[in-house]
Amino acid sequence: MKNLAVLSKGLSLKNKDYNIASGNHVSPSGPFRVMIGKEIADHIRSWRFIVLLLLIGLTFFGAMHISLSNIKTAVSNIQDPDRLFLYLKLLTTTDGTLPPFHVLLSFLGPLLGISLGFDTINSEQNAGTLTRLMAQPVYRDNLILSKFVSAMIIVSCLFVSLALLMIGAGLLITGVDIAPQEVLRIFSFIFLSIVYVGFWLSLSILLSIRFKQTATSALTAIGLWLFLTVFYKLLVNLVIKAMIPDPAFLSQEQVFAYNGLMGSILRLEPSQLYTDATTTLLMPSVRSLGPLTVEQMALAIPSPLPFKESLMIIWPQLSGLLAATVFCFALSYYLFMRREIRC
Amino acid sequence: MEKPIIELRGLTKCYGALKAVDDLNLTIRKGEIFGLLGPNGAGKTTTILMMLGLTEPTAGTAMVCGYNATTNPIAVKKKVGYMPDSVGFYDSMTALENLAYIGRLNGIPESEIKDRAFEMMKIIGLADAVDKKTSAFSRGMKQRLGLADVLIKQPDVIILDEPTLGIDPSGVKEFLALIHQLSRQHGLTVLLSSHHLHQVQQVCDRVGIFVGGKMLVEGSVDKLSRNLFTNENYVVSITLREAPPARWEAEDALRQLGNVQQITVTDRVVEISCLRDITPDLVRFFVHKGLDVMGVHKKEYGLDDIYEKYFENNLAENNTHEKPGRTFQRSFFKK
Repeated sequence: MKNLAVLSKGLSLKNKDYNIASGNHVSPSGPFRVMIGKEIADHIRSWRFIVLLLLIGLTFFGAMHISLSNIKTAVSNIQDPDRLFLYLKLLTTTDGTLPPFHVLLSFLGPLLGISLGFDTINSEQNAGTLTRLMAQPVYRDNLILSKFVSAMIIVSCLFVSLALLMIGAGLLITGVDIAPQEVLRIFSFIFLSIVYVGFWLSLSILLSIRFKQTATSALTAIGLWLFLTVFYKLLVNLVIKAMIPDPAFLSQEQVFAYNGLMGSILRLEPSQLYTDATTTLLMPSVRSLGPLTVEQMALAIPSPLPFKESLMIIWPQLSGLLAATVFCFALSYYLFMRREIRC
Repeated sequence: MEKPIIELRGLTKCYGALKAVDDLNLTIRKGEIFGLLGPNGAGKTTTILMMLGLTEPTAGTAMVCGYNATTNPIAVKKKVGYMPDSVGFYDSMTALENLAYIGRLNGIPESEIKDRAFEMMKIIGLADAVDKKTSAFSRGMKQRLGLADVLIKQPDVIILDEPTLGIDPSGVKEFLALIHQLSRQHGLTVLLSSHHLHQVQQVCDRVGIFVGGKMLVEGSVDKLSRNLFTNENYVVSITLREAPPARWEAEDALRQLGNVQQITVTDRVVEISCLRDITPDLVRFFVHKGLDVMGVHKKEYGLDDIYEKYFENNLAENNTHEKPGRTFQRSFFKK
């Protein structure tokens, strides 16, 4: 082994006149930006992200392939009031072999969010890097904020580039101009998807703070996801069926009221919110998310709604998703700021 | 007198009913190497975390480099380099990238980062491993990289928590020599915590013995031993070539020398405790008697004895008072 003391002789720590970083002289990029840069680099270099990227990419191109091969029949279907929205059709058309892209995304989005977030804090803690990082002149919230923001940046880049790819391919293949309304709808759909992934991301960050083992937090997050997507609906149906009286003895208003109640309970689940909202956005002829009476439907011409009206319909869904995301993040923020740094 | 660089006043930290750190007062001057000694769980790490503002004290203040660590942790963390006991690095990054990241977080200009990181790697003797992933590093290498990591921000104070943990003996020696040298060359103040007494003894100007959240005693090793063993006698053991006869008439003659208190003979070793240091007289006596002296050893008290003595006292105290925090001992024996 080399003798350290000998090696270091003659070397001096301060022999070159380095600018010593002081309070008012900080390099142009503050610590927060440095941390975001590092987190993004970490994500991009990780195998986990490459696998996810392949998965999302495959889904996207699979869905696009199916919709492109069926686009002709979809657009020439006179019965369909949405047939003229070619680009929305590209996103929603399917021949039944594969669900359309937005439905697939309601399954894959959680997976994306969970896998980007499930080990944010506890892996740093297990590796012993958390204390070392916290001993640097950075605020504690910078860490958790940079973790969240970097993952969101990656997800946003991914989704926006997929949307642009789709629009570009559509332009090249069909040669049909895209309507401004379609652009708005597609980008609102992208925004919604980002918020949806953001919800699962902040939930998994919360779990990564709560649980010390990465495996535990990953499993809990996946368990929650499975429960919400598979069992929640089942459970709600079961309970409601047991609770409500026989429909034969109910007036029509009461049936509506019960249906409304059931819908509200189902919408506690984020993937339901997401599906509702994306369906409304991508299919302009959807007029309501609840049941409509015959009186309400009377004399209505089946025609697409303007963008603003669709947006009004999904406003509760959008704000609900945002609220859930913010709630999870705020909770994890609180937990992280209050916790002991070492245990 | 110069203003102390670290000043702890009445620092207390409670975890529920357990007092991890109890009313700690400590001042460390600039350029000093201070050793915080104590058994595991004595509250050393908690104290250090409070100095860095990573844990809020229940009471008292920690002033480091003139800043209050609790209310102004960022200013403190700019001046203080801290190496935690289980130092870890980002495994997917190389050693140099790890260092550069810390450098950037400390606001070192981008143009200087690479040079400075290289220089640090040279100082700690890992210049060949610059582009190696840290996942391939051995424990000792990680520990050294941890030191580079601390030095890259050019701190005024470095705090090392169990820096010698897991390094082999020769590595420890080099590591401590390096710390000592850096401290002397650049006037760095070093605070190192450890439970390895001998190692601390080698480099520290002052030590503090810290047990059960309390600083039992502090001062230089010499001072500590003098304080502690004032009542003890000088003990000289003399090894002879041949064992003296069982009934030894020279014993009486020895006692005549004065100041001699006790003589014990075990095999070839004669142990003599006396009130004053009369080693030369003793040797002369033996030579005069025609006995072949093979070795003379004057017993000196090192940190080990000091530590043991204090630790013993403290244990005895605990047993009489039966602190509620130590109930696990009782319940264990009941089973």
